[in-house]
Amino acid sequence: MKRKQKKVLCRIIISAVLLVAARIFAPEEGWFLPLIYAVPYLVIGYDVIKKAVVNIAHGQVFDENFLMMIATIGAFATGEYTEAAAVMLFYQIGELFQSVAVGRSRKSISELMDIRPDYANIERDGTLCTVDPEEIAVGDEIIIKAGEKIPLDGVVTEGESSVDTSALTGESLPRTVREGDDVISGCINRSGLLRVKVTKPFGESTVSKILDLVENSASKKARTENFITRFARYYTPAVVLAAVALAVIPPIFAGGWLNWLHRALIFLVISCPCALVISVPLSFFGGIGGAGRQGILVKGGSYLETLARSETVVFDKTGTLTKGVFNVTAVHPEMIDEQKLTELAAYAESSSTHPIARSIMDACNTEIDRRRISSCEEISGRGIKAVIDGSEVCVGSDKLMDSIGVKWHPCHHIGTTVHVAVNGEYAGHIVISDEIKETSPAAVKALKAAGVTKTVMLTGDSRPVGEDVARRLGISEVYAELLPAGKVEKVEELLSRKSEKGALVFVGDGINDAPVLSRADIGIAMGAMGSDAAIEAADIVLMDDDPAKIAKAVSISRRTLRIVYENIVFALGVKLLVLLLGALGIANMWAAVFADVGVSVIAILNAMRALRQK
Amino acid sequence: MKKTFELDELDCANCGAKMENAIKKIEGVNDCSVSFLTQKLTLDADDARFDEILKQAVKVCRKIEPDCEIIVK
Repeated sequence: MKRKQKKVLCRIIISAVLLVAARIFAPEEGWFLPLIYAVPYLVIGYDVIKKAVVNIAHGQVFDENFLMMIATIGAFATGEYTEAAAVMLFYQIGELFQSVAVGRSRKSISELMDIRPDYANIERDGTLCTVDPEEIAVGDEIIIKAGEKIPLDGVVTEGESSVDTSALTGESLPRTVREGDDVISGCINRSGLLRVKVTKPFGESTVSKILDLVENSASKKARTENFITRFARYYTPAVVLAAVALAVIPPIFAGGWLNWLHRALIFLVISCPCALVISVPLSFFGGIGGAGRQGILVKGGSYLETLARSETVVFDKTGTLTKGVFNVTAVHPEMIDEQKLTELAAYAESSSTHPIARSIMDACNTEIDRRRISSCEEISGRGIKAVIDGSEVCVGSDKLMDSIGVKWHPCHHIGTTVHVAVNGEYAGHIVISDEIKETSPAAVKALKAAGVTKTVMLTGDSRPVGEDVARRLGISEVYAELLPAGKVEKVEELLSRKSEKGALVFVGDGINDAPVLSRADIGIAMGAMGSDAAIEAADIVLMDDDPAKIAKAVSISRRTLRIVYENIVFALGVKLLVLLLGALGIANMWAAVFADVGVSVIAILNAMRALRQK
Repeated sequence: MKKTFELDELDCANCGAKMENAIKKIEGVNDCSVSFLTQKLTLDADDARFDEILKQAVKVCRKIEPDCEIIVK
C-alpha cells in the first residue's frame, strides 16, 4: 500500500469508529444530531468535497466527487444522517479497495515483463566494473556471471552455459550456448561465466524492443474500450438528468417530495461509470500480460479483439510451418562431377543470406575464395546470376532457367530443386528439403478445433513441395511458386473472399513478409526477434518459433473477450437493476453504493482472471 | 512527433478518459492516448509547436484531475 492509501485507511477506521459511537451513544432525536454525524462524515469525506468544489470551479459538473457530495448532503437534508455518513464511508472503502486492486494487478503484469537488465559488467583497465547497459557500445566485450541477466544482444566469445529464455519465450527448457552462439538480452545466464561481444546497442537490443512494445500496447485501444469510454460520457449526464426528473416530476402528481428526493439521490450514487471504464482496459491489459507470459507479444487490445474473430489463417511455409533449416538431400550433376556442381552453386550463392544458400554452402564445405567471383546479381525470387572463374553461372528455380532459355528437367525427389547452368548449358541440379516442425500438424489441428474454417499456405517454393507439406499438415489450400508481391495479391484475394465479420490472420517468419503482415487483419511474426521490419509490421510477435502458439493466442484472445463482455454485462446489468429498484423505492442507498464501488471491485477481480492464461 | 510521458497519481480511470478527450481537442494534437493502467500519456502533435502543446496539455490535465501530474522530463 502506498502512503496515500494508508492515510485513507486511517481515516476510514477513525470515521467508522466515530460513526458506530454516534449510533450507540447519541440520542434518537435532537437539533444537534446533524452536527454529531457531520464529524465522521467530514473525516471521511472532506477530500471528496474539496475536489468537488475545485472541479466545479473548473467547469466539471458531472464529476463523481460532486455527485457523491450532492447525494450525501441530500441525505443529510432529508434527515438520513447515518446513511449519509455511511454511504460516504463505504464509497471511500470501495475506492481504496479499487485502487489497491488496480495497483496490484498493474504490478503483477509488469513483473511478468521484468526483463529489464539493471547493469552490465565490463572489463576496463583490467578491473571489472558495473555500468549502465546504455553506456555499452557495439563491439564491447561484456561479462555475464551465473545468475545474471544478459543485458545486451551479442555473440559468445568465451565460456559455455545454459541460458534460461523463459521470460522471453515462455519456454522452460534452458538452452545451451557456447562460443560463437548468439545470445539475446533479457535471458538469464544459469550456470557458467560468459564473455559476450555486443552486437547491438541497448536501445536496439531485444529487451528494449520488447519493453517498448509492451509499454505501448496499452495505447492501442480496443473498440470495446473506446465504446465504453464514449458510453460513459453519456451515461453520467443521462443518469443525473433522470435523477432530477425523478425528484421533480412524480411529486407534482403524487406528492411526497422527501421520498422522491431520496430516490433521486440513489441515482446520483450509481451514476459514476468507473466500474465500466476501468474493467474493460484492465481485462485487455491482463490478456496481453497473460499472453506475454507464454511468449506471445500482443501489440494492443484491439488486436486481441480482432484475433478472437479469426476465420482464415494464412501461413507462410518456410520458417513458419517448416524449420527453415534446409539440407541438401540429392545432387544430380550432368556433364560435371558432383563436387564441382556443389562448388559452383556455393560460390554463386555465397553472398546470399537465404536459408537455401546457406545449406548449399554447408554442403560444399570448402572455404569460399571471393577473388574467383567477378560479379554477382540476385534475381528476386528466382535465383542468382554470377560470373565465376570467367564463366557465367546461373543458379536458381525453373523460372530462372526458362528466362535464360536453358532446357532443364524436373527431379523425382520431393524438395526444392536448384538448377545450375554454366554458360547457358544445363549442368544439373541440387535438391534441398526442409523439415516440418514437430508441432506444426498439431498447431493446424488446434486452429481448426478453435473454429478457424480455412487454413491456407503460401509459399515461394515449387508446387509439389508445397502440396506435399500441406497434405501432411492437413492444410486445405496451397498457393505455390509465389514471389513476394504475389503473396500480397493472394492475401488481398483471400481478404475479399472471407466473411465480413471474420478476420484473416497471416503468420510469417518475417524475413520478407513485412508487406503481407501489415496487409492482413492480423499479422503474426514468428521467432522474429531478429527482424526489425517484421516487428514493426506485425501485430503479434511469437517469441519462439512454435506454431502451436497461434492457436494459444486465439484462445487467449477469446477468453479475454469473454471476460470483457462479462464485465460490461455485469456492471451495466447491476447498475440498471439498482436504478430500476431505486426508482420504485425498493433499493436503498446501500444497494446503490454496492452498484457503484462493489461492482467495480468485482469487475476488477474478474478482469484479473485474464492474466492467468493456461 | 510522438512522445510518451509518465503520469503521477492518476487515480481514476474515468478521469484518464476525460483527460484524453480534452487533450485531443487542443489545436495541433494529432492523437493522444492516456493509459490508466500503465499510467502513461502518449501525445502525438505538430513538431514545431510540440512544447507549447505540451504545456497546454499539462494545464488541461491539472484542470481535470488536480492530483495528477504529467512528468515532463
